[in-house]
Amino acid sequence: MKKNVWLLAAGLIAVALAPGCKPKGAQSALSGDAASKVYVAPGEHDEFYNIVSGGFNGQISVVGLPSGRVLKILPVFSVHPENGWGYSEETKPMLNTSHGFVPWDDLHHIAISTTNAEHDARWAFANANNTPRIARIDLTTFKTVEIIEIPNSAGNHSSPFITQSTEYVVAGTRFSVPTGDNQDVSIDSYKENFKGHISFIGMDQETGEMNLSFQIEAPPFNFDLARAGKNKSHGWFFFSTYNTEMAHTLLEVNASQKDKDYIMAVNWKKAEEYVKAGQGTKKKANYVHNTWDEETHTATSEMMEDVLVLDPKILKDIVYFIPCPKSPHGTDTDPTGEYIIGSGKLAAIIPVFSFTKMLAAIEAKDFEGTLDGMPVLKYESVLHGEVEKPGLGPLHTEFDGKGNAYTSMFVSSEIVKWNIETLQVLDRVPTYYSVGHLSIPGGPTGKPHGKYMVAYNKITKDRYLPTGPELAHSAQLYDISGDKMQLLLDFPTIGEPHYAEAFPASLIKDKQVKFFKIEENMHPRALKGINDARVEREGNQVHIYMTSIRSNFRPDNIEGVQVGDEVYFHVTNLEQDWDVPHGFAIKGANTAELLIMPGETSTLKWVPDRVGVFPFYCTDFCSALHQEMQGYLRVSPKGSSNEVKYSTGEVE
Amino acid sequence: MKSLSTSNRILILLSALLIIPAYFTPLWQISLWAPQYPEGLNMKIWIDHLSGNVDQINGVNHYIGMNHIGDEMFPEFTFLIYVIGVLIALGIVAFLIGKRWSLYAFFGLMTLFGIGVLADMYKWGYEYGHTLDPKAAIKVEGMSYQPPLIGYKELLNFIAYSGPDTGSWILMGGVGLLILAIARDRFQKPVQVL
Repeated sequence: MKKNVWLLAAGLIAVALAPGCKPKGAQSALSGDAASKVYVAPGEHDEFYNIVSGGFNGQISVVGLPSGRVLKILPVFSVHPENGWGYSEETKPMLNTSHGFVPWDDLHHIAISTTNAEHDARWAFANANNTPRIARIDLTTFKTVEIIEIPNSAGNHSSPFITQSTEYVVAGTRFSVPTGDNQDVSIDSYKENFKGHISFIGMDQETGEMNLSFQIEAPPFNFDLARAGKNKSHGWFFFSTYNTEMAHTLLEVNASQKDKDYIMAVNWKKAEEYVKAGQGTKKKANYVHNTWDEETHTATSEMMEDVLVLDPKILKDIVYFIPCPKSPHGTDTDPTGEYIIGSGKLAAIIPVFSFTKMLAAIEAKDFEGTLDGMPVLKYESVLHGEVEKPGLGPLHTEFDGKGNAYTSMFVSSEIVKWNIETLQVLDRVPTYYSVGHLSIPGGPTGKPHGKYMVAYNKITKDRYLPTGPELAHSAQLYDISGDKMQLLLDFPTIGEPHYAEAFPASLIKDKQVKFFKIEENMHPRALKGINDARVEREGNQVHIYMTSIRSNFRPDNIEGVQVGDEVYFHVTNLEQDWDVPHGFAIKGANTAELLIMPGETSTLKWVPDRVGVFPFYCTDFCSALHQEMQGYLRVSPKGSSNEVKYSTGEVE
Repeated sequence: MKSLSTSNRILILLSALLIIPAYFTPLWQISLWAPQYPEGLNMKIWIDHLSGNVDQINGVNHYIGMNHIGDEMFPEFTFLIYVIGVLIALGIVAFLIGKRWSLYAFFGLMTLFGIGVLADMYKWGYEYGHTLDPKAAIKVEGMSYQPPLIGYKELLNFIAYSGPDTGSWILMGGVGLLILAIARDRFQKPVQVL
């Protein structure tokens, strides 16, 4: 009896001292010298640029890896008062659409330009989900230089994915919608009246300028994601689809009924031939094409009027459907281009398709049927194999270039590493929590750099100091250089990152524009020196040609402006040195500041609403006498006889 | 007067020809470093113009009321091309004459030219560093900003460097050849007269 008491006591103590019944957390996942692997010493640079979508903030974050430090928020589809994007007269046209000025969008995916399936990092592309558009970002200035709207599209989610030498960037519509003249239709006529358009936007190989080359009118499915074939599968594009049930209400249930949806394989080289042969139909469609001119420092917005549409029901050999289990989300091609991985988000396995088998099946007409005349291939004929028990909720797959694939698992909140050839699961690591996209430097290209992997998560919960109901989204960095994935770092992100791409910093680090040469500034209202600073009245418009250089504005005393005038401050930053922007703001302006880079001209429009003397000042701490960089503008009543006059440095 | 050996005459010719690069290469340089200019600001002085970060240096220096540096600040730019031309011509003349006195004269001339240039640089530096706008934003009691003639000097938050650039180094190499010619001439064995 006494012995039993002692045993019981010992047992209770053992339980009390045990690490607890909770599952292992990050504490046990961290091992070795993780800190030193992500430590970038003061003054040192990160090894990789990570271009990260901002999701619902409509912007891009530029992040260094492995440190996880945010280097820049780069405005794309949303206004950015911080630097006047969408507020200055020059940038407003960039956010113009066929619906007029749209100040916001939802930016999900990034594509970094490639040559022969390897990153060249000349440009980044990004999609606007809500009002369908694609943007091109110049990676020497980290500025959005072009935005093209996508007609016949809604929910531009399957975008912007690029072909291996950046010949095309694609935009597949998530929502199928009625198009053309037949748009006022009842929603329950979905199957007959709704269309799913896939857009191929061609790229000028020198300038990068985009042009909507053609669209393919596909069935009214939801197009989710896409990847181009590469290397051996170059010339093909693969689009994942869901809602092949063609439901228009309660999709949660109604679009999850079929055991298999499709990956739509598009032979775009063939489509290109049909376009050249004049097989497309020109259709009316209004969409804008906005371009930024780095010489005039000004954007222009052009309204386009038609688009070339190919009908795959007639042109029978450009579209094939590969059955893929349960609402595939990501479709990814491995670095060789042989394997196409469909991530059925509700499926228990991950199917891996073989490009070689697909071509053979097409050749042998090994079809299980047709969809509106378009061939549906047999699942088994195209399948390389299935990854068994990978986890729950597979979404996206990236590659390390060593024959391994890494798939994010939303539901089981983990990343699973598996061998593409043998389909064996090799390792799994937890993510915190509910990972969406994952990113490996060079991961979607023919030449992945391996080394690191970042998980972008949808849920953060307890990872950081809490900040009320709304939390930063979390990301985790893993070392994938060894057999086992190792968690190195956990860092908060800006906005709601979806996809991101990373590439070696050495690709663009030494190509950065440091300032704009003032003698090359072709802005019609630019000033080349302080002597031309002036104020001119043109009717009820007052144009102020102003210079900024450390540490003064010229002119800095302005009179003769009247209530209700349209006042335009055309401010030229005369500095010719790196990292000397000047800002400009005036009291009461119903717009944001200007942030003017050296050698650039920007314009702030202001309509004074009252009489008084209004101060303006430089908003970017530019120099030791930054606080002295200021001026006054006098506003007189409407109809006042005060003539326009201006001065700098004149003292009574 | 003693004639020079052929090889010593060639040294004079080479020395004269080595002045030619002065037309195509910078002669002097001034550099500035500060915590916020880790890459440095660099100005190069050529035979008839300035290059480099002149505007940035002016931008920085206007706070302490220094004059605006520009080509017009150097009257030397209008006549230095001729002075250099005359030096080359006299060098060739010295070569043609080929006597010991012509070697000494040319060496003396080049040395005087060098001293003249340094004196002129000092004078410019003194004036540039001491002529300050009384309305300057930043005034430091007793402070002047004369750049160093040769070498490094600390000026407020800047470290300034001044020194010869490519053209001057080549030119000095040429003067070195003259010294070599003089040494050879002095210590060579008496030439046998045929």
